[in-house]
Amino acid sequence: MEAARKRGLHVPRGLPFVLPYLPFLVVFGLAPTAYALDLAFTNAGGGWAWFHNFVRTYNDYRFMPAFKHVLLYTSVWLATLVVLVVGLALLLHGRANRVSSTFRFVFYMPGALAGAAAVLVWLFMLDPVVSPGSFFLRHVLGATLFAQAIAPANLPYIFAMIAFWTGAGGWIVVMYGALNTIPHDLEEAARIDGAGPIAIALRLKLPLMRKWIAYMVILSFATGTQLFVEPQLVNQASLGLVPDTWSANQLAYQLAFRYADFNGAAAIAVDLLVIGLVGAVLIVTRTGLFRTDD
Amino acid sequence: MRPATLGLRFAILAAFAVFFAAPVLWLVLAPTKADHALVTSSPFSFGSFHQLALAWKHLNAFSDHIYRRWIGNSLYYALSATAITLAVGVPAGYGLAFGRFRGRKLILSSTLVVMIIPGAALVLPIFLELNAMHLLGRSLSVILPFAFFPFGVYLAYIYYSTALPPGLLDAARVDGCTEAQAFVRVALPLAKPIVALVFFFSFVADWNNFFLPLTVLADSSQYPIQVGLSDLLSSTPSFNPAQGGGGQSVNIFRPELALATLLAIVPVAIVFLLSQRALVRGLVGGAVKE
Repeated sequence: MEAARKRGLHVPRGLPFVLPYLPFLVVFGLAPTAYALDLAFTNAGGGWAWFHNFVRTYNDYRFMPAFKHVLLYTSVWLATLVVLVVGLALLLHGRANRVSSTFRFVFYMPGALAGAAAVLVWLFMLDPVVSPGSFFLRHVLGATLFAQAIAPANLPYIFAMIAFWTGAGGWIVVMYGALNTIPHDLEEAARIDGAGPIAIALRLKLPLMRKWIAYMVILSFATGTQLFVEPQLVNQASLGLVPDTWSANQLAYQLAFRYADFNGAAAIAVDLLVIGLVGAVLIVTRTGLFRTDD
Repeated sequence: MRPATLGLRFAILAAFAVFFAAPVLWLVLAPTKADHALVTSSPFSFGSFHQLALAWKHLNAFSDHIYRRWIGNSLYYALSATAITLAVGVPAGYGLAFGRFRGRKLILSSTLVVMIIPGAALVLPIFLELNAMHLLGRSLSVILPFAFFPFGVYLAYIYYSTALPPGLLDAARVDGCTEAQAFVRVALPLAKPIVALVFFFSFVADWNNFFLPLTVLADSSQYPIQVGLSDLLSSTPSFNPAQGGGGQSVNIFRPELALATLLAIVPVAIVFLLSQRALVRGLVGGAVKE
């Protein structure tokens, strides 16, 4: 049956639906990628430069701190995201519907405040003078001044918290939706077989969420390493206490637009790309995310 | 389940609810208070509508009504780009799901690869490309790159390949539908959840994008609101005591900054409110129940 259908499909079809998309894919997807690679391996005059740009930017005193910041931030954020999103979705699943939908809504709403808006809100939240959490800031973190709250060493954690605050709710909603696709009888059968709520969560629910968890991690990992707007705004708000090259992307931006060093900037962009791709490949191969055969 | 376990579950959920909701609540209330009241009064108290009107007056007057412009720019960029994304991306996802043509796998895998490459990584080469096309500083320099949204294509692809049984299309073909008719009569009516979903992700991503417009737009009157907010931040003494004099002359203090932030998220908040259900149904539900 399957083979018979496949044999009938020799006629090329569907291409016209895809054609309008191709110029976009080429001009704003593939060409910039190729261009970034080209720039990274050439010098300002266009000559082949081997790994010169990579070595040069690597030796820049701002390079290591920027990449360390970004990687620390990304790992803190991803760990929090996976543990808490999965945990909260499981806690929500199985609650009375109205309670659960109220919680989901509350978790989800801060997602509307992404980017610059989220940073501004959290700049207020981190200013002990006006923050509703000022007790926490003063007595738990020991920060009585705004400058202490946003001390450079705190920033990876602060940015991870902001990202969690804006992004987690959407994923919780998605995971919760995935949990709802579990047929009721299946859960019932497991219960009759003597499985407790934890066993059901681990053996039945978690595998169902696997695909979405992997997906969440891939997307978040890639965007995490590209951190830009958050440190940029904190730099503005901190009177230069936080350098304008705090994250890798900021460093690339400064190289390109302050020093007109597009080759160096491209080398950093390629570094980030490689990190993102390696991360994605690891996640895909570990989880079978894009497996299509089952 | 035991009451103690239930109680613990509720407590954990409630604690997170406070973490998620408190900053939003603070932001809604802050513009109703004068700058000094933000420091002295309780963080969750309501000030007055008079103060709110005053904050808007100051914000609106800032730099010759530029705030309203920024919001208008954002709407224009995000809506045009999302319209193009939908018109191009949904049929593309369908074509990739059911098409049989050479290069299908190649297009699909390059879409996946580009999707994983974060937009920010490509900003510099796109800047140089736009420069070569003489588009820098024009609205198209923001709209066209925004309109390329591989995630939307991928979502449409997943949706059609899981939710639309090939049998349905075969039946339409047997009934004499052309490929275009099969798409319009069978696939498009089923596309509602995916249109909602792609609209949601694309609009929100475009609205919140900061890096690309910052790089390709030259004039602050062209800025979308996200970049505008950072402009506003640098002209207020709220976090920047050195700007004290500047703050006085432009009347932008914490309440004005909070109001600017609050208004900047209204369109996205509306989209969020409307989309929560569609989000779940579109992502994990299918059009066909097994």
